[in-house]
Amino acid sequence: MSKEKFDYFIMGDKGKYEVVIGLEVHAQVLSKSKLFSGSPTKFGAAPNNQVSLIDSAFPGMLPVINEECIKQAVRTGLGLNAKINNYSVFDRKNYFYADLPQGYQISQYKNPIVGEGKILLDMPYGSKEIGIERLHLEQDAGKSIHDMDPSNTYVDLNRSGIALMEIVSKPDLRSPEEVNAYIKKLRSIMRYLGTCDGNMQEGSLRADVNVSVRKEGDKKFGTRCEIKNVNSIKFMQMAIEYEAARQVELIENGKEIDQETRLFDTKKNETRSMRSKEDAHDYRYFPDPDLLPLKLEQKLIEDLKNSLPELPDKKKERFIKEYGLNAYEANVLVSEKEISDYYEEVAKLSDKKLAATWMMGDLFAMLNDKGLDISKSPISAKHFAELVQSIKSGEISGRIAKEVFEIMVESGDNPKKIIESKGMKQQSDPKELEKMINEILSKNKDKVDQYKAGKEKLFGFFVGQVMKLSGGKANPQLTNEILKKLLKG
Amino acid sequence: MSLDKEKIKHVAKLARISVDEAKVDSLTKDLNSIFKFIEQLNELKTEKVEPLTSILNQSLRSRKDEISDGKIREKILKNSPKENKEFFVVPKVVE
Repeated sequence: MSKEKFDYFIMGDKGKYEVVIGLEVHAQVLSKSKLFSGSPTKFGAAPNNQVSLIDSAFPGMLPVINEECIKQAVRTGLGLNAKINNYSVFDRKNYFYADLPQGYQISQYKNPIVGEGKILLDMPYGSKEIGIERLHLEQDAGKSIHDMDPSNTYVDLNRSGIALMEIVSKPDLRSPEEVNAYIKKLRSIMRYLGTCDGNMQEGSLRADVNVSVRKEGDKKFGTRCEIKNVNSIKFMQMAIEYEAARQVELIENGKEIDQETRLFDTKKNETRSMRSKEDAHDYRYFPDPDLLPLKLEQKLIEDLKNSLPELPDKKKERFIKEYGLNAYEANVLVSEKEISDYYEEVAKLSDKKLAATWMMGDLFAMLNDKGLDISKSPISAKHFAELVQSIKSGEISGRIAKEVFEIMVESGDNPKKIIESKGMKQQSDPKELEKMINEILSKNKDKVDQYKAGKEKLFGFFVGQVMKLSGGKANPQLTNEILKKLLKG
Repeated sequence: MSLDKEKIKHVAKLARISVDEAKVDSLTKDLNSIFKFIEQLNELKTEKVEPLTSILNQSLRSRKDEISDGKIREKILKNSPKENKEFFVVPKVVE
């Protein structure tokens, strides 16, 4: 396979600019209760109904950490091939905002729970490693609602205190496409691990995007801007494109780039400076006196490591080896755990390669069309495997299989039953076929003579006649063989 | 380390403490003398000492992941500046 070349640059009048991107992803930890309180974390509850005295920062409340959240952070760290720190510290990050009743967010600053790791991306121009700087645990804030009242802001603290993992990448990303691949891979790893559901619509996964530009070949990074809280991959890509172009324009006009925090306006498709920046980054971090340092036993880390599920990279290797798939097929089929589970169930019961082809073709197209996840597929893995086997064994042709597939989607019936009841079985009995072909040949003596005289194009005509007479059910391969044999005679 | 008047005002603002303009001078003087007192600690050599985050030689206590709280909205919203049955209501904050 020929590899494409990396080619994402911003063209200015004075040269070619490279875009440098780093991401701070906020991933909501999957846990029943919050990081420091026993309130539930379920999405979509009635406002302020999942709030304890701790989450609303009543005086005298003592936070007690949720052990599952610690384990989830460690699992994620292990999934990112990262160093797990046996010693980490919770700090207070101080800032004032209506949806942060404590007046500080409990986070980890100097000593995060997870250190450096890496993520491997498959790009059209080859695989690329993206460094992870760190992963730390912190509390989420509440939600401010500005559009319910013209003069007031409404605050819902249901989210307040839910555990987040902030995952900081190194500035290794170079294009919106790489950002897309990075987020998808990170999401896939966490979903395999069961540490974050990755649901971007519900805000379980969002990111701050750091963007800077530099002339191609420059070693020094340019001044970066941070675009806050972008909650979809598409918006991240749009924000990066806009921001990179804005920075190049400033440089070309001999202006300076201010290091600042910006917002992405999804309606206007532009980034703009956040106004209240004078006090920004004056967080006055200090160790939270309510919380002792977190010491992790090596045994706990080892136990978690040994209980990790097979992750996408490993599974991809195995799919290639075990099922004879190519890298592209394996990549697609391991992208979601549910997809890989479905595939493995099908592959156990049918032809592995043909199963992959049909899954990635007709099954995915149908799911996509109906907007369904594979877990909600109207066709079970078992039925799908039966369909694949019917094609493989020659019981039905590929063309008929598409019809059977359609009926399976509508009725949920198994393919055997559909093929039987609708008489869709392929005619693969050589005797039957020979009889039918002889009949056709005797009816078209003139064409047979022309064929024998050298007009070989007429072969297609005979095949067509066979298909017509058999209602499309004649086994094409067998038809060809028998036709050739009989036309010779 | 010493603080000037501007720094005092900035710290007060960050801490949401309103400081009377007339008191800034005396406050600056007082705080600087406190700093001077504390700065005597800098004479100690601490390069090889790990920072002490707690005086207790224990690790963090943790709890099981169980739902044991919530559903006390009425109680919690009693402290909202303005009356509302579902939300905390605060003066409009934009951004």
